[in-house]
Amino acid sequence: MGIGIRIEQLRKVYDSPPPAFAGGFGFPGRNAPKDKKEKKKKFEIVAVDNISFEIRAGELFGLLGPNGAGKSTTIGILTTRIRPTAGRAFIGDYDVWQQQVSAKRLIGVVPQRPNLDFSLTAREILIFHGAYFGQNARERTQRADELLERFKLTDRADHMVRGFSGGMMQRLSIARAMMHDPEVLFLDEPSAGLDPQTRLLLWDIVRDYNRLGKTIVLTTHYMDEADSLCNRLAIIDHGRIIANGTPEELKASIPGGYLLRVKFEIVPDALAGELRTLPGVTEVRSSDHSVDIYADRGGTLIPAVVNAAQATGTVLSDVHIQEPSLETLFLHHTGRSLRD
Amino acid sequence: MNWKTFFALLSRDGHVARRNLIFTLVQNLLQPLLLTFVFGRILTAGGMMQAGFKNVLLPGVITISMVMSGVWAVAMPLITEFQWTKEIEDRLLAPIEIGWIAVEKVVAGMIQALVAGLVVIPSAWLAMGSGVDINLHQPLQFAAMCFLVALFAGAGGLALGCSIGQTQVGLMFSLVLAPMIMFGCAYYPWSFLKSFPGLQYAVLINPLVYANEGMRGALAPTVDHINVYLVIAVLAAIDLTLLVVGLKRFHTKAIG
Repeated sequence: MGIGIRIEQLRKVYDSPPPAFAGGFGFPGRNAPKDKKEKKKKFEIVAVDNISFEIRAGELFGLLGPNGAGKSTTIGILTTRIRPTAGRAFIGDYDVWQQQVSAKRLIGVVPQRPNLDFSLTAREILIFHGAYFGQNARERTQRADELLERFKLTDRADHMVRGFSGGMMQRLSIARAMMHDPEVLFLDEPSAGLDPQTRLLLWDIVRDYNRLGKTIVLTTHYMDEADSLCNRLAIIDHGRIIANGTPEELKASIPGGYLLRVKFEIVPDALAGELRTLPGVTEVRSSDHSVDIYADRGGTLIPAVVNAAQATGTVLSDVHIQEPSLETLFLHHTGRSLRD
Repeated sequence: MNWKTFFALLSRDGHVARRNLIFTLVQNLLQPLLLTFVFGRILTAGGMMQAGFKNVLLPGVITISMVMSGVWAVAMPLITEFQWTKEIEDRLLAPIEIGWIAVEKVVAGMIQALVAGLVVIPSAWLAMGSGVDINLHQPLQFAAMCFLVALFAGAGGLALGCSIGQTQVGLMFSLVLAPMIMFGCAYYPWSFLKSFPGLQYAVLINPLVYANEGMRGALAPTVDHINVYLVIAVLAAIDLTLLVVGLKRFHTKAIG
C-alpha cells in the first residue's frame, strides 16, 4: 500500500527573508526592496502562489524549475518544516499542518544541503535516527549496517562526519532519510554537487526504492535527471505550476517540438512574418537580435531561414537547434532558460 | 506525546555529553574549584576573610556552577544547530511535536545542571578544607531549590539559545552573564547590599539573586538570606516565564 500526496491551493508568502535566502540559494529576492522609497514597503516574497496538484501513491514525481521557483518551499511545507500562508497539503490522509506527527512518521527527507548531526559518527547518525522513529536496538543496528554498505560508507562508519566530503555527506543524508523505511521520500536537489559516478549511484538507489512501492518526490533543475528518473513532472516557475504531466506528454506539448534560436544582426519587422510562412513552422517569437522558431524539424529548415533573412535584408549570425526536450518546454512557457 | 522518541532524543544528548565529558568537567569544575580554593581557603587561612565566609561562598559556587553548566549545555548547541548547518533538522523531523523537542532540551540541560551541582558540592567542599558549616537539615527545601535552579538553567538556556546568534555569544557573556553573576549575590548575601539601598532593590530583577539566596537558605540557614518560601515562589514564576518564552522562540526558529 503506497501513500499519495495532495496539495490544495497552497500559498506561501514570506514577510521576512526565508532562512534559505540568507544562505545565498533559493530565492533571488525578486520582490525585495531595491531603492530607498521601496525600503519602507513591507518585505514580501510570494514563494508559492496558489498551487494544487496530486502525486499518486508509488509515483516517482519531479518538481522541475530554476533556483527560486518555489520548489524547496513546496517541499518544506510538505515535510512540516514551513508553515503555509494558505491552502492545505496531505500526506496520505494526514493534513501535514494539523497532524504533523502522523505525517512525519510517513516521510523521509533529504535536504538541499546536508544537515548532518556533527556531534555524531556516521553510524550513530543512522542509529539515533532509527531510535527517534521507535526502532529497537537490533533493528536499527542491522538497518544502519545495510545502508552504510549500500552507500559505500562502511569504512568511514565510525568517523565523525565533520571531516566528510560533500558527496559522502550527501550519501549519508540519503541513507538517514531511508533509515526508518518511509513511505514517501523527499529529495531536494539530490544531485547538486555530486560527481557523475555518485549521481548514477543515487539514481539507482532512488529507482530501487521506488520499485518497492514507495512514493518519491524530488526537485531538480537538471533536465536529464527529471527526464530519465521521473514518472511524472510538474514544471514550476515563480511559485506557479506552469505545466505538468509525464516527460513524454510534456515534450509532445511543445509546438512543433524543435526549437531553433536564430540570431541576426538586426531583426527587420518583415522577418517574423516571412518565417511564419515557412513549411513546418508552428510559432515564431522575435526580439531585437534573435528569433525563436518552433518547428517540426531542425537542421533542414536552416536554408529556408537563410533565404528569408536575405529576402528581408538581414544576415544570420548564429543558430542553435534544440531537439524536443524539457528545456525547450521551459523556454516555451517562460521565455527563459532553466539556467537563467 | 511519544515517549520513545523523547527518550531517544534525550539519550542522543546524553551520548554527546558523555563524549565531551572531560571537556565539560574541566569547563564546569575548574573555575569553581579555583574560586573556592583562593577565596575559601587561602584568604580565610591568611586571616583576610573570616572563616564564616566559607558558608556564604559554597552555596553560591554550587548555584553558579549549576546555572552556567545548564545554560551552556542548552544554549550553545542550539545556537550552533539553528545556524547555517541546520543540524537540528533531523530531530525536528522526528515523529514528536516540536514543543517536546524543546522540552527535551530543557530536561537535558536540567540533568547536566544537577550533575554539575552533585560534582561541585563535594569537590568545592574539599577544596575549602575544614570549617565549612553546611548541613542538609532542610532536605525538601534543598531539593526544591536544586530543581528550580536546574529548571532556570535549562529554560534560560532555551530562551537564550533561540534568541541570539553565534557572533553575539562573547558579547552576551560579558554584557549579560558576568554582571548577573557579580550582582547575583553568589559571593555575598543580599543583606550585605543594605549600604547600597538603590542597588539592593535593583538587583532583585536578577533571577540569580533568588537562586543564590534560596540555596544559601537551604544549605547554610545560619547565614542571612531572603525567606526561602518567597524565593521558591519567585523563582518558580521566573522559570515558568522563561520556559514559555523559550518555547515560543523555539517554535519561531524551528518553523519557516
